[in-house]
Parts: sequence; structure tokens; C-alpha cells
Amino acid sequence: MATLTVPVEEKKKTYEQEALITGAEAIAIACKLANVDVVTAYPIRPYDTVMQYISQLVADGEMDCEYIVAEGEHSQFEIVKHASACGARVFCGSSGVGWMYAMECLTVTPALRIPMVAMVGNRALDDPGAFGVEHNDALAVRDLGWMLTWVDSAQEALDTALIAYRVAEDRRMFVPLALSCDGAFLTHSQALVKIPALDQVKKFLPPYNRGDLLLHPDNVISVAPQANEDWVMEIRRQNYAVTEIACDVIREVYTDFEKIFGRKYGNPFFEEYMTKDADVVLLGMGTMSTPVKVAVRKMREEGKKVGFVRLRWFRPFAGPEIAKCLERFKAIGVIDRDFSFGSPDLSGVVATEVRSAMYTSSATRPPVLDFICGLGGREVTVPDVEKMTEITFQAAKGKAQPLTQWIGLRG
Amino acid sequence: MGQLLAVEVIYRGVFQKTLAKNITRGIVLAAHNEGKLGISFGRYGDAPERNGIPAKSFAIVANDEQTLEAGMAQYEPKQVDVTVVLDDTLCKGAESWAWSGLQPVHHALKPGHTLIVISLEDAPALLKNIHRREQPYKLGIVRGVTSFSGMWVYKDDYTDVRILGAIAKALPAVMSLESVEKFINEKLKNTLKVTTARNAFERFSAIGVKAGEGNPDELVKVGLPRWEDMRCGVSIKGQAPGGPFADPVTGKVGGFRPGRNELFKKYSTRTQRPVVNFATCTKCTLCWLNCPDAAFDITTAGTYDTNLEACSGCGICEEICPVKNCITMVNESEFHDNNSQWAAFEKDKGAYLKWLGTTIQKAEPMEKRSHGFRYRGQYQEQVPEALEIANKG
Repeated sequence: MATLTVPVEEKKKTYEQEALITGAEAIAIACKLANVDVVTAYPIRPYDTVMQYISQLVADGEMDCEYIVAEGEHSQFEIVKHASACGARVFCGSSGVGWMYAMECLTVTPALRIPMVAMVGNRALDDPGAFGVEHNDALAVRDLGWMLTWVDSAQEALDTALIAYRVAEDRRMFVPLALSCDGAFLTHSQALVKIPALDQVKKFLPPYNRGDLLLHPDNVISVAPQANEDWVMEIRRQNYAVTEIACDVIREVYTDFEKIFGRKYGNPFFEEYMTKDADVVLLGMGTMSTPVKVAVRKMREEGKKVGFVRLRWFRPFAGPEIAKCLERFKAIGVIDRDFSFGSPDLSGVVATEVRSAMYTSSATRPPVLDFICGLGGREVTVPDVEKMTEITFQAAKGKAQPLTQWIGLRG
Repeated sequence: MGQLLAVEVIYRGVFQKTLAKNITRGIVLAAHNEGKLGISFGRYGDAPERNGIPAKSFAIVANDEQTLEAGMAQYEPKQVDVTVVLDDTLCKGAESWAWSGLQPVHHALKPGHTLIVISLEDAPALLKNIHRREQPYKLGIVRGVTSFSGMWVYKDDYTDVRILGAIAKALPAVMSLESVEKFINEKLKNTLKVTTARNAFERFSAIGVKAGEGNPDELVKVGLPRWEDMRCGVSIKGQAPGGPFADPVTGKVGGFRPGRNELFKKYSTRTQRPVVNFATCTKCTLCWLNCPDAAFDITTAGTYDTNLEACSGCGICEEICPVKNCITMVNESEFHDNNSQWAAFEKDKGAYLKWLGTTIQKAEPMEKRSHGFRYRGQYQEQVPEALEIANKG
């Protein structure tokens, strides 16, 4: 794909206005800017905030789209799947068990090459009924061909929503993408966000062109026939081919984003915070970054060489790059806001993936500890982070530590 | 490795699913009486819960565990020692959900081995349907009416033991008649079935079929593309909507023929076909509108001609047709080609109507057709009828 060149003058004007909005509202505005055609909704906290904001934009005449309230999440995702097959740019989303209720549709969209963008307001899976954040809902689709990204601010939510459409609708990709936003911390709290001008967005995001896959009377195709063992493996291989190039496509899109909007994200796949000269690092996804960064700064003042790596993209998982980044530290403490019961070393999902990436792609084998923390929306506190860092330092010194520990747990 | 023997049974979905299973189970249990080991299984990719669709059931038998395991390591036997065809209309070829394209019934049969068909017809008639092949083989007919039943009801008309007796004769290496008898005595506990199996064994004989002998129709070779060459998004090119076509006799262009899949023919699912009286057709459109397979072509004269490659023989047209005897479903074994009935009618109306008169007389009354059971007591009526034919041999 040709890279876009932007005149220098325009580069200076990086945004049109600034607004105090939530992460959900930021995504709603991104949908407006992306001129989304079809939105489907079904309420569940914390995702419902985004459907409220979009409906408000539609009611105020600011956004023109088909806004369909489905009778459940399964239909919600089915409707956008079909709309996308017919060439519409679509948006939907859900949370927790609502996302799981849509699971049958979530499994079919990658093979059908539907570039659906969905917001997952991360929420603990029932039971028990809980509103708070856990990452297991979005992670349930991690093996299915979905792209998964986590953001940690309203600004990043808006930017990543635009990036999401550009990546998903790239003809080489055509796979669904879930934009994960931690319930409460991101979906329900307002922050100052720079909103780009529509012209910039138009420059960045070309119209969705489904090409020969368009479901239309003038392009007679049959989608999703029964295919037995003579065909299924080849179909899976096609989705695998997407994962082979996904990292390259994402890099391209971030480069264009920077050129057009002037905001730099550096490495698209993870953010490094105070990692230069660090002996140990913590690693996690989502809004836990705020207390972790505060704690890291505090510990740095105390002379402790600790840093933080925040994963943005979980699928694709930029394994070699992540391993290359982490191999220079003496120990790594992964903070998992999720669980993976019965997994190797009984660790969470992220730690298991990091260890797997390190095993094949890193020159060194620093200990990778796992901390299960902040489940069900529990606060990840600064003292929690200090405690996890201390344990990671102990491991760095060669003192054996349990591979998985629960932090912030009564008992 | 020891001796590995495989028997495949080609049957029709729903109507013969239980029968096929009983036969392949019977082979394994009978062979086990000789100390052999075996497994019995249906081809997993088939759709045997769909009316009439061709499907396969297998028995593999070996003398020792390791040899059996070598057989079990395959999804299905690539070559078989005996093929059994439970409905003679399957001799026109079998097309399943499990594989692509129409396959001849001897597709997997080893050269020189035996194809067993249940039929009331003789070998020359069957060979009009069975496709020719390069390797010679043997053809043995077990005389009898096709045994059809429903999904939940098994018609115990002794077809199972007759086939077991025939297999013991065709392939004694898999099991002896004594082993079959022992199996029936011990497991089925039916002495009449023992006699039936023995009769079938004694009466069974097979003739040699030479290379190149049989139905000369060339079957379409279905290729499987590489993953890079396949369309993505699990999408396939749809059929063009269709349009006017040249009349087979007059050459006049008109009417309407819907676009159809070149590879997926559907007709091997058919056990009976519609025979149309174009002279009494009122052109009401009902057959055309209600056909689930879009199998009717609208002729230049405005009548409806069944495309017999696309017709799956469901019989809805007959049920929906308001004119008495205008569409009649007749057993598929009466026919040996898929030619256009409209063309025959146009060529010689008198001859066609005469043929039609004699042909539709062979049709069973609709309420008696044995695709499953249509009325209480049908089972009790049909089993003795079938047994009588079986006893005559």
C-alpha cells in the first residue's frame, strides 16, 4: 500500500477540538468520524455507554447511520456481520457474558473475512454478577482469528478505533477486530481528548471496499456453504495467512496515522515506560497502566530500577519483538487481569503467552513471574505494584519465587 | 503386517442407515468368531440423516491388532475387498456430502474383487448404469427388493443376513458361512435368519466384468484447489440466474433454464423420478414454483421439463400437481439415462404417451411407497412380501 504524504502545514494542525469525554464517548466520536454505516446495540454495562453516545449523536443529527437495537447480543453481531458482507462499515460491541452470548457469531466472522470493529467493555464473566473489569471476556476469542487490542486512555481509544477500521478493512486482512476498554476506568471516566478534523480522518481512512467478496445481486456469490474435510484446512490456512502479515500491516497503519494526525505512538504493539536501564519490568494490558506508572515513578525516586511495558496488541501477538524487548531485563513480572485456570504453571493468559514468546525468541531466559491482580474490577493499588516489583527484584537476584501469585487478595 | 480386509456398504441416507450398520457390524462379529479383530464405522463426513443421500459404512477385519490398527489409521479404507450396494439405483453413481463429485460405485473396489448389488434386474441391465473402468472386477446380484425404512424404524426383512451370506461366498477370507451362522444364532437368535443366510450363500454367484465394460458416461473429475487459489471468505461463485435456451428438438430459443451447479448434480440422491404428461399439463406453474431444487426448465411451449441431473426425486411436484396423473413418480430403477422427457415428447408425441402409459403403471401408489412407513400396518404387509421374493431367490 502506498504511504500517504501530508503537506507540512497540515502536520501542524493536529486536531480540530478538545473535549472532556469518556473512552466510550471517544469511540462513539470515532464512529462518527469514520462515517460508520450500521450500528447494532444491546445494553450491557459497561459497553452500553458507547451505544448511548452513538444514539445521542444520531438523535442530534450529527451522525447518519442505521442504528439497530437487537433483541440480544447474538443477533446484534449477526446483523453487523451481514451488513458488513453487503459492504457496510459496521460497529457493535458488548461486555462480559453478553460477548459470550454472541460467541457463535464471533467464531464465524474471521473465516467469513468480516472486518467488523467491536468494542468490548471488559467485564467480569458471570457468575457472580459483577460489573468490574476482567479481560477474560475479550480473551475468549484469542484463538479464533480476531484481532485484539487494549487501550488505556480515552485518547488512545479514539485513535485506535480509527486505526482499527483501517487495519481491519485492509484487503489483505479483512478480519474482525475487538477494541478492549476496561470497564469503569476507561468507559465511565472523562478525560481531555483531542478530536481530529474530519478531513484528516478521510485522508487516513479510505472507504470500505469489499471487492469480489461483496454480497450483492450484481456479484452473485454464496457465502459459508457446508465444507467438509476436503476444504476446511485450506480455509483455516487462509486465516493463518492473515496472521502472518498482520504485524506488518499494523506498523504501516501506525506510520500513516503519525503522518496524518501528528500523534506518535512509537512501537504499535507495546508501550515502554521507564524501561531504559531498568533491571526489572512489569508488564500488563489496559488501564492498570495508571497505578503502575505512578508506582514506577515512586520507586524510581527511591532508586529502584524498574520499568513498565504495556501491551497494546494481544492479537496479533508480536512475539519476537516482545521477546527482544524483554530479554534485556533480569526479571519480568506480568500482571494478569485475567485467569486461565489449569494452565501451565497455573498462570494467567498474558504470562503464558509471554513465556511462550520468550522460549522461542529471546536470547536470555529471565524469570517471568505472574501476578493475578485486579480481578472483577478490584483496584490495582500503588502498594500492590510495589509488592509485585519487590517480588520481581527477588527473582532477579536469583531467589526462587512462586511462578504465579495472587496480589490484592484477602487471606 | 498380516491380512487386512475391508468391506464397504454403499447405502441411502435415512432409508438404509440402520441396515448398513447392521451389515458391517455383522461382518465384524462373524469374523470375530474366527478369532479375527475388526471395527465397523460409518463414513463420518456423510450426511446419513438426509433422505436418500448416498453414504458409506465400512467393516475392516484383520488377524491381529497391529494390522487392524494400520487399517484404523486411515480415515476410510482407500481400497476395499468387497463393495455392497444396497439400492440398485445407486449404480448410477454416488455423490455424498463427504466427497466432491459423482463417484462410480466401484470407486474403491480392488481389481478382480466383487461388487454385490441387491436388485431384481440382471447384470446387463445393471451394467447400463454401472460406469466402466479400466480394471476388471466381478459383479454378483443378490436378488431382492430394495429394503428401505425410516430413521427410527428398521424393517427386518432379512436383507442383512442375505448380504452376510453373499459376502461369505464372495470373500471367504473375511468370514466363513459357519461364522456367519454362529453370529446369527448367538447374537440375533433367529434360526430362520440362519437358513436365509445359508440360502443366500448357496445361491450367490458373480460374473466377470471386463475392463471397459459398462456405462460409457465420463464422470466429471472434481479438482481440489490449493489454498492460495481458493476464494477467501468461505465464498463460492454463485450460479448465474439462467435464461432462455435452445429447444432440444426445434432449436428455437426461448423458455427459461435456471443456472445450475456444474459439479453438484443431485440426481444420485434420487430413488424415484417424475414422469411428466406434457399433453395434460395446464402450465399452472405449481411444480416449477415448488421444486426445492429448481429442477424444472420452462420449455418454449410453456410446459415444465424436469432436468434429471438436477432433480433429487423428492416428489413434491407430484404432490402439488393439480392434474391427475400429469406428474407421476416412478422408481428410478426403470430408467437408464437422464435424457429430456420433453425432447422425447416433441420428437414423437404418440410414442412418448404410449411409453408414459406403461411406465406410470409401474409406479407404486403414493400411499404405499416405502420411504419409511406411511401407514400403520405397512411394515407387517411389506416384510412377508420381501421375504417371499427372497425365498424365491
